[in-house]
Amino acid sequence: MSERIQAVKCVVWDLDHTLWDGILLEDREVNLRPGIAGIIRELDERGILQSVASRNEPDDVLHKLRMLEVETYFLYPQIHWEAKSHSIRRIAEQLNIGTDTILFIDDQPFERDEVRSLLPEVDCMPAEAYLELPMHPRIACNPVTAEGSARRAMYIADCKRKEEEAAFQGPADHFLRELQMEFAIFEADASDLQRAEELTVRTNQLNATGIPYSYDELAFYQSDPSHKLYMCELTDKYGSYGKIGLALVDTARPEGWHLKLLLMSCRVISRGVGTIFLNYIMRQAKQHGEQMTADFRLTGRNKQMFVAYRFAGFAGAINDGEEAQRLVNDLSAIQPYPVYVRVVEGRQPFIYESEGRH
Amino acid sequence: MNIHRPVRDYIQRNLVVFEDDMEWTDDTNIFQLGLVHSLFAMQLLQYIESEFRIVIENEDMDIRHFNSVNQIAAFIANKLDVATQGSQAREG
Repeated sequence: MSERIQAVKCVVWDLDHTLWDGILLEDREVNLRPGIAGIIRELDERGILQSVASRNEPDDVLHKLRMLEVETYFLYPQIHWEAKSHSIRRIAEQLNIGTDTILFIDDQPFERDEVRSLLPEVDCMPAEAYLELPMHPRIACNPVTAEGSARRAMYIADCKRKEEEAAFQGPADHFLRELQMEFAIFEADASDLQRAEELTVRTNQLNATGIPYSYDELAFYQSDPSHKLYMCELTDKYGSYGKIGLALVDTARPEGWHLKLLLMSCRVISRGVGTIFLNYIMRQAKQHGEQMTADFRLTGRNKQMFVAYRFAGFAGAINDGEEAQRLVNDLSAIQPYPVYVRVVEGRQPFIYESEGRH
Repeated sequence: MNIHRPVRDYIQRNLVVFEDDMEWTDDTNIFQLGLVHSLFAMQLLQYIESEFRIVIENEDMDIRHFNSVNQIAAFIANKLDVATQGSQAREG
């Protein structure tokens, strides 16, 4: 069995002698290094987020990035004089991703060593290797999907939500009500499979097993009459969060439905909608049997999901082994959906309009 | 030590309550109200661990311990009891 590759979610660029060919504050006239613009676009199409960690004067740098027409690609750029490890931590926090999903590219060995010493989980790459970036296995494993290329736009929408949330007067929970969230659950069709594959590769925290599925495996389950492959999409007044969840159920077992996989993107953790999908499947399962079972594997990163399963009534022993273990739910108590979300069955007509595709 | 009071206050503060006069008791199943969100479970566990200085193990993770104020209080009391007996045994 091949080793699991953890996909890179964000590339953090140094600027002087890395993104461009010189030192901005000394040379004034700097240009993107050959091929960089194409690489930035390709990463973007693969749904990989990008940011900047540069020890520099912010105003000069932002002006230059705008002149070079690449400013919009970089989320939460860190342009100041503090350590790069600090910048990387801050980017990870803002994007709500683990530092082990970041790749950092810089021409100076000192900077790479500084990051490595404090954040050994960050993949550090020398700038001279930049042309190989698209072929890096942890980058190339991110498929090009419509969802992927809209990801940056969705993070920008999320940035607006965060600002509004911070400005909201009153308890955070009341903010959820203001969002007018709608949670749509539907069975996947062929056009969803790439996004489904991407979710199994990219989702760590809210993932019941951490087991990735290939496109072909998912295509099999999607058309197999004894399985159901569900997806869900969340929208609010700011727009769509995209297709954010995936669940795979074996419906052919005599003792009841068996949930093989359930996961949800970390993008929606703060929205408090994590258990809706699980509750929905439990409701469906109840129409088909007295109980249901589910596979679960503790991965060291999915405690939240474990708590969600336990609090939904899934019982059974579990240890830290490599194999997924079986939990059982007698379906005697299914929690109601939270009052601040409208749950709808079936695909919603709303299609996310990404930037630059008008 | 009074356990019920702080637990009840904590839950009250964190419910998504829309009607301020909503009635609930120490026996009410808080997860059947539709007034808690999915992050609440994690918050509640963290609160219990830090407020009462106990460790909630994977095998303690059972909805039957956390459904109501009374159940949560009984769980915490039991945990504290076990901890006290443990330290006494070591002293003896």
